[in-house]
Amino acid sequence: MNYNWNWGVFFEELPGGEERYWEILVNGVGWTLAVSAFAWIIALVLGSAIGTIRTTPNRLLVSLGNAWVELFRNVPLLVQLFLWYFVVPEVSAPLKAWVVQAEPSHVQFMMAVIGLGLFTSARVAEQVRAGIQSLPRGQRAAGMALGLTTPQTYRYVLLPMAFRIIIPPLTSETMNLIKNSSVALTIGLAELTFRAREMGEYTFSFFEAFTAATLIYVAIAMTANRVMALVERRVAVPGFIAGGAK
Amino acid sequence: MDTPMIDIRNVSKWYGSFQVLNKCSTQIRKGEVVVVCGPSGSGKSTLIKTVNALEPFQEGEIVVNGIPVHDPKTNLPKLRAQVGMVFQHFELFPHMTIIRNLELAQTKVLGRNQKEAEERGHKLLKRVGLSHHSHKFPGQLSGGQQQRVAIARALAMDPICMLFDEPTSALDPEMINEVLDVMVELAHEGMTMMVVTHEMGFARKVAHRVIFMDEGAIVEDATKEDFFGTPRSDRAQLFLSKILSH
Amino acid sequence: MDFDFDVIQRSIPYLWKGFQYTVQLTAISALGGIVFGTLLALARLSSIKPLYLAAASYVNLMRSIPLVLVIFWFFFLVPLILQAVTGAERPPQVGAERTAIITFIMFEAAYFAEIMRAGIQSISKGQVGAAYALGLTYGQSMRLVVLPQAFRNMLPVLLTQTIILFQDTSLVYVISATDFLGAAAKIGQRDGRLVEMYTFVAVAYFVISFTLSYFVKILQKQIAVIR
Repeated sequence: MNYNWNWGVFFEELPGGEERYWEILVNGVGWTLAVSAFAWIIALVLGSAIGTIRTTPNRLLVSLGNAWVELFRNVPLLVQLFLWYFVVPEVSAPLKAWVVQAEPSHVQFMMAVIGLGLFTSARVAEQVRAGIQSLPRGQRAAGMALGLTTPQTYRYVLLPMAFRIIIPPLTSETMNLIKNSSVALTIGLAELTFRAREMGEYTFSFFEAFTAATLIYVAIAMTANRVMALVERRVAVPGFIAGGAK
Repeated sequence: MDTPMIDIRNVSKWYGSFQVLNKCSTQIRKGEVVVVCGPSGSGKSTLIKTVNALEPFQEGEIVVNGIPVHDPKTNLPKLRAQVGMVFQHFELFPHMTIIRNLELAQTKVLGRNQKEAEERGHKLLKRVGLSHHSHKFPGQLSGGQQQRVAIARALAMDPICMLFDEPTSALDPEMINEVLDVMVELAHEGMTMMVVTHEMGFARKVAHRVIFMDEGAIVEDATKEDFFGTPRSDRAQLFLSKILSH
Repeated sequence: MDFDFDVIQRSIPYLWKGFQYTVQLTAISALGGIVFGTLLALARLSSIKPLYLAAASYVNLMRSIPLVLVIFWFFFLVPLILQAVTGAERPPQVGAERTAIITFIMFEAAYFAEIMRAGIQSISKGQVGAAYALGLTYGQSMRLVVLPQAFRNMLPVLLTQTIILFQDTSLVYVISATDFLGAAAKIGQRDGRLVEMYTFVAVAYFVISFTLSYFVKILQKQIAVIR
């Protein structure tokens, strides 16, 4: 194969800059993690709310929740990001005013966080809904029979168990979210994959650059897995086997 | 005291076009213990769940201690705080310790302070013979123990009456008696009880009246002596002969 | 803000070409992915150590890294591999569109592999036992007894994954391939009508994906009844 190997490329400097290539990769990782973290907060908060209301007896709330999920599930993430970045500012004058004078990376970051957060919130909503519905029916009845109101029943009885049950699928969603953050490179966000490609374009050491990015993503995935497994162990209920206690 | 504690008047209920309750009427006075029996599908569980509004009904009226259950203006959580319910599958909250199970509704619904609630909880645990298990989780207890805790949980609310929905049907045979003993004691102390059960020994011991249901209707409503002595309907006779012979 | 519906209408022929590529890519990748994925699943379930290690590593790797990165990898590697294989002087020009097909087959295979693995494992061991007892070889029992059942059971999940694949194809944008979104982007950038084009694309994707998922749900209900 006709390829010039150069594993030392990571220590070379960018043309014109004083940064080395490994430094810009680290910079990229920072943006990846930052976007992922903020988007995850949005996704968890909104997704839990939407997932919960889809299990209430109120038909209107259930329909609203379902509409939300269908909306964000049926449009590709890339298209959603483009809508936030290119279309929404055109529709909202105050937003456009901010976008025009703001630092480009800030705009990219914000749109990436919103787009990725809302996209993922629909998936989280699905998991939360499934988790609540997998609980034995009698749990809700027992809560109400004691005189707890519906919000109290959700808060003290249903949600604590539902969230424990869905830790494994939520872990997958966390990994998906981190991987999906790479799509933000299309609106210019300088996250890890963007930087890896940039490095390849400057040095033609694509193999080295992509290998580094690959290893970093694998490392992030393994860490996320480990962390979630720890969380699952910490909050596990003694004597409870997932899937309904009888 | 002439007004009945539980007054069920002409209650009918349909699931879609299928009728599950057919003009059921009965009264339970303060201090009475009424056993409801019948083949499966007879509607006895559904009937008992209408008393504390866990199941809605389309026709008829139910009044509990002067409070109309069917009235949309009634504060249901407040009503349910006064009516204790014990479920077939215990329905303890698996993510809470036993003592927390007992104090949750006391603090959140009745507004008792933490200390008061805990004291009451410990007292009741002692009464059902489970003092040493207060800090365990439901998953660590046997079925019989869980059900006794469930009874204590309902009693912690100082209810005016107690509803039991097949309390021993999910228990292994050797644990049935420990639960029935608690229920017998309750009856002797003068608690108003409505009990759906197959345990005719219990009925013979403490029931004042026995109601036999079949296909959604109350077919027999007689004093214990009359019911076991000379039941009038053929269906009740057939049912009795089936369960008493095993 | 004036919304120019006209630009959408004028662009339909070009958009249609892009859409055709999207559908082609989806269909070929789904078929190729399911075939390769089934082989991967069988490899993972086999008792030959190097085989299942290789398959497991491949599947886990593909599932740990972003699709965007995988697209870049293949875009970069495919010409080099072809050069090595054909012994050419310079890496051949493989267009973005064709590289994408290889990429998506290889990538989606990892996801289809997990689905098929679950499907195969859900077939009771008794079925395999009965097949062997009748004298069928491994290949025959897989082909005639296990895989048909596994495939039928997992059909709704496979279709749902295909709908996801349909949406994922939009990522060929990063190598400037002209799929449905790419076509819309090109027109939008040329005419300064990004708002109209991207909105149109979003609505189109929504309608198509929503309709397809609806049919999958109906299919699921029918299968449940039959079982």
